[in-house]
Amino acid sequence: MDRNSNSYTFLFAIIMVVVIASLLAYTSTTLKPLQDNNVKNETMQNILSSIGENVDRDGAEVVFNKYIKQQLALKSDGTVDPSVDAFTINMKNEIKKPADQQRYPLYVAEKDGQTYYIVPLWGNGLWDAIWGYVALESDENTIKGAKFDHKGETPGLGAEIKESWFGAQYNGKQILDADGDFVSVTAIKGGAPQGDIHGVDGISGGTITSDAVSAMISERLAHYLPYFKNN
Amino acid sequence: MAEEREALFSANNRKLLSDPLNDNNPISVQVLGICSALAITVQLKPAVVMSLAVVFVLVASNVIVSLIRNLIPNRIRIIVQLLIVASLVILVDQVLKAYAYDVSKELSVFVGLIITNCIVMGRLEAFALGNGPWKAFLDGIGNATGYAAILILVAFFRELLGSGKLFGFEVLGHKARTLADSTGLYALGYENNGFMLLSPMALITVGIIIWIQRSKNRKLIEK
Repeated sequence: MDRNSNSYTFLFAIIMVVVIASLLAYTSTTLKPLQDNNVKNETMQNILSSIGENVDRDGAEVVFNKYIKQQLALKSDGTVDPSVDAFTINMKNEIKKPADQQRYPLYVAEKDGQTYYIVPLWGNGLWDAIWGYVALESDENTIKGAKFDHKGETPGLGAEIKESWFGAQYNGKQILDADGDFVSVTAIKGGAPQGDIHGVDGISGGTITSDAVSAMISERLAHYLPYFKNN
Repeated sequence: MAEEREALFSANNRKLLSDPLNDNNPISVQVLGICSALAITVQLKPAVVMSLAVVFVLVASNVIVSLIRNLIPNRIRIIVQLLIVASLVILVDQVLKAYAYDVSKELSVFVGLIITNCIVMGRLEAFALGNGPWKAFLDGIGNATGYAAILILVAFFRELLGSGKLFGFEVLGHKARTLADSTGLYALGYENNGFMLLSPMALITVGIIIWIQRSKNRKLIEK
């Protein structure tokens, strides 16, 4: 058959596409359960690390079930919506909805006799999505721990938010001022003053990502205040 | 039939492996694949992962294209090559997500960059379409290693001078907020060069490598 004829070209293209498409579809369907499981375990691992519990990914599920006592989906007025499973809420899609239609997932953990409230975060960084978990102590004010991650921030600069030193800065910071008003915790360019309970050091060269983290924390936490006020 | 009688590692075939490491390096001589050399050389770890991924994709696509080189219609050969490269990249990505989740997170944004890596398309077009699978295999290994060598070299200097770390370890000491708390070089007042973390310095580092290479290897200098 003439390799330069139109019919050969079409035939080749069709066979090629069918072969490759089936191969990719097959790989995708066979590997999907494994991939989903990895994502689920990683989510549990990240939630746990915000209360200072560092486990490896494979062991995350057991520890998660041990410490996480309640998984609540909150409405914007602070009441619980029992019809929604908090763990299945897709934050990426959820934050696009109007504030009063969103459901806000909240994990209540009990560890060594202490109660912790873990709030999932989601926002936009410089290049792509950033997310994280912040755990509040039972006073609903002091941060127990925070864990951040990102999809595509600049390596060595904004991407540093996922490193433990950045998250560790939030430990012990407070989200409310002396009058009980919400002020959140901000990452400050050039470094937070010593003893500032509402500020942490921003990342040099990663100011936009640092600011995005601050915006994400203050935007997300604000929605949980009605719940905290009632409980 | 001459091709089949040639020894597996004949002088000609060895040249396919060694040439791209020096005389015909894809980055420092042909100046291809510069975009990823800028993007992912801030730290060593992503650079190494990226290098491994490129080795796999380049070798596999080179061999596949070489195997079907006599079947590919000439008019759609670029699309066919692109399809093969893109499928391989998706395949790698899917397998990593399932079995090596941490590596896949490390690679996340760079996977797409492999598809657009001019070295891959360049080797398919220039070599695999005209040579047998074994030669294409060697050519793939040689070029991917040549690419990897420069990538890792640039990342070494950028991470060392830019963040004072290698593979995330603080090799120059720990930099605390005050001079008194710092250790190693930082205690003497040393500062990281934040400029090294920005893309222009990758280009300048590649430029310096090209300069050094040409001053050692005179035949590379264009008249």
